[in-house]
Amino acid sequence: MAYNIYICGIGGQGIIKTSIVIGETALSKDMNVVMSEIHGMSQRGGVVSTELKIGEDQSPIIQEGGADLILSFEPVEALRALHKSNKDSIIVTNVSPVLPSTINQQDVDYPEIDEVIKELETKVKKVFAIDANEIANNAGHPLSMNMAMLGAATAISTFPLDKEEVIEMMKNHLPPKSIEINLVAFEEGYNSCV
Amino acid sequence: MKIKELLNSEKGKKRFMLGNEAAVRGVLEAGVSLAATYPGTPSSEIGDILFKVAKDANVYFEFSSNEKVAIEVAASAASTGLRTFSFMKHVGVNVAADSFMTSAYIGVEGSLLVLVADDPSTFSSQNEQDTRHFARQANIPLFEPSNPQEIKDFIHYAYDISDQFNIPVILRTTTRVSHMRGIVETDEYNKNTKTFGEFKDNGLHVPVPEAARVMHNNLVEKISNIRKISNESPLNKIIDNGADVGIIASGGAYNYVADVIKQNNLKINVLKIGFSHPYPEQLVKQFLEQNKEVLVVEEVDPINEIETLAIAGRYNINTIIHGKKDKTLPETFEYTPDIIFDALQKIISFEDNRHTPNEMSSIQLPSRPATLCSGCPHRASYYAAREAINSLNLDIESIHPSDIGCYTLGIAPPYKMANYLMSMGASVGTSCGFSKSTENQPIISFIGDSTFFHAGIPPLINAVHNKNKFTLVILDNRITAMTGGQTNPGIPIDGMGDDAPAISIEALVKSIGINFVKKVNPLDVKEMIEVYKDALNYDGVSVIIAKYPCNLINKQKIRERKYNIVVDNEKCVHCNICVDKLACPSINEIDGKITIDQVCNKCGVCTQVCPTGAISKKE
Repeated sequence: MAYNIYICGIGGQGIIKTSIVIGETALSKDMNVVMSEIHGMSQRGGVVSTELKIGEDQSPIIQEGGADLILSFEPVEALRALHKSNKDSIIVTNVSPVLPSTINQQDVDYPEIDEVIKELETKVKKVFAIDANEIANNAGHPLSMNMAMLGAATAISTFPLDKEEVIEMMKNHLPPKSIEINLVAFEEGYNSCV
Repeated sequence: MKIKELLNSEKGKKRFMLGNEAAVRGVLEAGVSLAATYPGTPSSEIGDILFKVAKDANVYFEFSSNEKVAIEVAASAASTGLRTFSFMKHVGVNVAADSFMTSAYIGVEGSLLVLVADDPSTFSSQNEQDTRHFARQANIPLFEPSNPQEIKDFIHYAYDISDQFNIPVILRTTTRVSHMRGIVETDEYNKNTKTFGEFKDNGLHVPVPEAARVMHNNLVEKISNIRKISNESPLNKIIDNGADVGIIASGGAYNYVADVIKQNNLKINVLKIGFSHPYPEQLVKQFLEQNKEVLVVEEVDPINEIETLAIAGRYNINTIIHGKKDKTLPETFEYTPDIIFDALQKIISFEDNRHTPNEMSSIQLPSRPATLCSGCPHRASYYAAREAINSLNLDIESIHPSDIGCYTLGIAPPYKMANYLMSMGASVGTSCGFSKSTENQPIISFIGDSTFFHAGIPPLINAVHNKNKFTLVILDNRITAMTGGQTNPGIPIDGMGDDAPAISIEALVKSIGINFVKKVNPLDVKEMIEVYKDALNYDGVSVIIAKYPCNLINKQKIRERKYNIVVDNEKCVHCNICVDKLACPSINEIDGKITIDQVCNKCGVCTQVCPTGAISKKE
């Protein structure tokens, strides 16, 4: 068995980096970990997702309904990931939307955020809706958003890695000058989910 | 994983590695002297890493102008006794095939490994062809790793086979294996690789017909001998669970089999195939005799399955063989744990303990198709082309052969500037066909700079010689953008990171005898439209070189733009040209007002298309 984390959002939000920090932390604790990433056209506005499995599994794809935790960097992407969730899953989602670049050419409007969160809440055990963009901006840089999301993940009771261990690994993976800001974002993300 | 760690990781150290990172570590550990590629996803990261480490690792590395050249560089270098490496995506093998096929006849004095990354489910490709067919056609041994650790380990093994039999070998990955991260234990790595070999004429390097006949016999003999090794290889192993049902699985698909068996405590025997060509006949025969029913699991085509059926037929074994042929498994796309679960349930009965997946939301979700980036020069080229075509007021469709690159996204509305696509360089060759087979339909085709160097030049020579009439737009964004930003022959940097002569597209095109050659900055909308109109009126082959650097390499220049793009909504007359015709992702209409978002790269094209000056640059 494995603890399955599905991480999703948009190209450029730091999803791969966040996933690598989780994977490296698992390895540092001598846990088995596999991960898969889909980012073919991410630089051009597409969806990015990673699947992380910490535990015995060998395959890097989570079964339908098999995610213990969904970490969504964008609210609509959390809805798009629902097929990976079941009634006992936990969803942590950023509430700051990223409008699709082609939204003006589409027949579908971007949905109301409140409706998105309500919908998520009807599907899974618990939804943590946090404004990770605001946390990042307050911390000092919009690009620290991913570390706010990572901090939030470590606050989830089922998350298999300790906060302090994740922080240590995070420090290894960030440029020294940005560590302070990212630490603030991480802590605020954590606090918003305890 | 940091580049330094990849280079300096000690023996026995465990690392969290991407499959493509493990490939680089593998060839370095194996003592490779030379590597050549043309970038192609899902193998692109291998080149990105080699570009950074080649000097420190004492390896010669190049981005060749195409895959055929890459194979030729690696194969000839291997004939001097060196250990060499080439890598490409699956469709790259089509380009390389002419030389690659005969490389097995000629053989290598050193060793040659070619990593080919297939793309089941076509995440970033135009087809999902299976390279394992090619290995059979070319009589080249092929290995199928399932994870990053195996990528690294199999590379050592495959090089040994190449050394022992003087034959090129293929390591076949898939997107899920190349783009999978997992734990890899690194081995010893000695940086003292040989820089030079020596070519010796043994009389067996020139497959003229008489020699080729001898070579083919030798090759068949080699494969027959290698099959004996494949039968006993540790890469092919039976995991005997004392059952009478078995699974033969290879590559990334093996992972799903392993997980489904473990999670459901299933009693099933497994034959894991890692060395799949030549197929381990005796081992498979033994496995068939051991089981009443066998399921063959592989991505994409039923190749191991057909081999297995042939073995059952030859030895008159009655085992029932399931797979794609009897529709137990799908014949297209990559597999998932659920697909394997469902297939197994057709063969044996066991309880479904899986979580019930949530149903999708009833809320309609906007899609996120990939689009050209904000400020992408290709958008400007397409906008102007659409304007020029529309100005002709045609009652017949215009033809827009396109090519492989970011600019294929020109297929999308409102530009609709791609309506015929085949392969690298085909924009030019297919324009030749359209030129001869249509009468009044204007032809404007598009090709990127790297793709032009790759396969666009011979068809352009064809176009001139055969007196064609069409307009070719060479979208010269100074980089191989789609695969992440690699250099190409038009860039003054080579694969070692050294200064290099940059090939002038303009001089090259003129030298063929094309008289209409215009170099334009596509961000100058007015001029661009005029040039298109002139080109459309030209009776012959016209070439427009739309030259402006991709955002990927233009970051400094973008930062230096000391102005912002602003909208004066008082002046806006809601013509929506900026939103509907330019369709830049940074421009949105929100609550009836035009807004510019933060991602804007300030290319300024919108200020030119706005008819009232409502959008402008503000210092």
